[in-house]
Amino acid sequence: MGVEVAVQGLTKSFGGQPVWSDITLTLPAGEISVLLGPSGTGKSVFLKTLVGLLRPDRGSIVIEGRDLPRLSERALYEVRKLFGVLFQDGALFGSMTIYDNVAFPLREHTRKTESQIRAVVTEKLDMVGLVGAERKLPGEISGGMRKRAGLARALVLDPQIILFDEPDSGLDPVRTAYLNQLIIDLNQRTEATFLIVTHDINTARTVPDNIGLIYHGHLAMFGPREMLLSSTEPVVRQFLNAQRIGPIGMAEEKDAEELEAEAQAGVELPPLPPIPLQLPPSDGMPRRAERPPGQWCRAHGVTPPPGSFEGRWADERPTVELATAERWEHGEVAR
Amino acid sequence: MSGPVTAVRHSGEFFAFCLDTLRGLGRRPVQVREFVQQAWFISSVSILPAALVSIPFGAVIALQLGSLVRQLGAQSFTGAASVLAVVREAGPIVTALVIAGAGGSAICADLGSRKIREELDAMQVLGIDPIHRLVVPRVLASMLVAVLLNGLVSVVGVTGGYAFNVVLQGGTPGAYLASFQALGQLPDLLVGEVKALLFGAAAALVAAYKGMTAKGGPKGVGDAVNQSVVITFMLLFALNFVVTAGYFQLVPQKGS
Repeated sequence: MGVEVAVQGLTKSFGGQPVWSDITLTLPAGEISVLLGPSGTGKSVFLKTLVGLLRPDRGSIVIEGRDLPRLSERALYEVRKLFGVLFQDGALFGSMTIYDNVAFPLREHTRKTESQIRAVVTEKLDMVGLVGAERKLPGEISGGMRKRAGLARALVLDPQIILFDEPDSGLDPVRTAYLNQLIIDLNQRTEATFLIVTHDINTARTVPDNIGLIYHGHLAMFGPREMLLSSTEPVVRQFLNAQRIGPIGMAEEKDAEELEAEAQAGVELPPLPPIPLQLPPSDGMPRRAERPPGQWCRAHGVTPPPGSFEGRWADERPTVELATAERWEHGEVAR
Repeated sequence: MSGPVTAVRHSGEFFAFCLDTLRGLGRRPVQVREFVQQAWFISSVSILPAALVSIPFGAVIALQLGSLVRQLGAQSFTGAASVLAVVREAGPIVTALVIAGAGGSAICADLGSRKIREELDAMQVLGIDPIHRLVVPRVLASMLVAVLLNGLVSVVGVTGGYAFNVVLQGGTPGAYLASFQALGQLPDLLVGEVKALLFGAAAALVAAYKGMTAKGGPKGVGDAVNQSVVITFMLLFALNFVVTAGYFQLVPQKGS
């Protein structure tokens, strides 16, 4: 079972320039969360801060009662054994074969014999579909394979928390779909806590249990998937539906003038698209953290956009206007 | 941030890095495999250049001294001067230049490319300290190879001087060998080895620090290698001066 990660008031700046400030969120144990944000909002920085590669200016990250930014270097190396991280390009060791890469953490941290190591490595490589490529060097395989090999290496110590840094960047749609399915299946099998940093909307809409959105140096919103997908908060709505109309512009953010002009012109926001079903595990068995489609909407009296959940939203309830459903009791709406 | 502040900050970070490495020396398990591989690698890239540089060096000293010594009628002391110059100064310096230029640049490029490919981050996340796992074996390997290389350079340099003096300048073989003891003494060789040890450590530390702080993609690695070689050269000559000055104060010289 995964562990909970509680982030409180986290702030980070580089050379006086704040990257983001005052981020507060809790990654629920065993659930899949996605962290979204426009390019250059410091999503990867957040991920590196979470594993203690970067020290935040302020705030706490509490895992199993230990506050990461206040740990000594040595204690930090201990806590890191809870983590598995998939870096953007896999971050494989270029001088070692795929097999040695995956075996590396076992050889460094455990007293397993070579035959035991072989069994574990073969199992993990089988999990990511890389059996047969063991003797290849990272330079000899494709980007998608490097990512999967990186994932196998991240999984080899059976981590409680698995972080993915843009698992879908540089992959074609088919490979992305396979990788997303792999993530869901892994969560079902390992029940670890997952955090995926991405700006791929399709991944964000179908994979996670929770979504967070970083925008303009702060956490705009963090909550259950259905909460964000049915949200009318302008930033969330614009980003999750990949629209041009809204507060996010080509540069980091639009001018106040431009926004005003847009408002005066009476530009209508396009309607929210239907909420898709969450990706199910491939063996048809439910994940432990899985919730039935529409549960959150029903519990909070929100009518999802028409056509949501592919018609599995069978419950006939009096329609609530979306605008009135903006104030929720929980869910962290910033500003 | 202003220039001086940045410079001071970098020096401070480098010093902290050296201390971390020093602390890593005592940590278990000792990375024997990495150490042997690195020692083999550094010697394989530095032996040939070191030998090729030291032959002409010995010859040049013989050439420089040749006519002057002949006018003074002190040909029999060419060997003494040659030994003194090669063992005390040329040996450690040639060793340092080759270690910094061939070994250091390779270390810096290796660690730098690992840094930008996020391999070092990945290693830290897997619970392994890159300083302990990668830097310490490289520094130790560089020190060992520098000491051995210094021996090689001394032998080859003196042999080169001998061959030049005897074959081309018509010097007396016996006189060249006999005068070895005239000015040189055993502490000269020892201080040469100490210098080589320090130079090897400094070159590897600078290269590793520069590599591990590389940023900005492949160009950043190129810049880091360039800076590491330049910084190492400057550092080595300064270090050489300090050690030499200290040596003359501490050890009584022959003939003085």
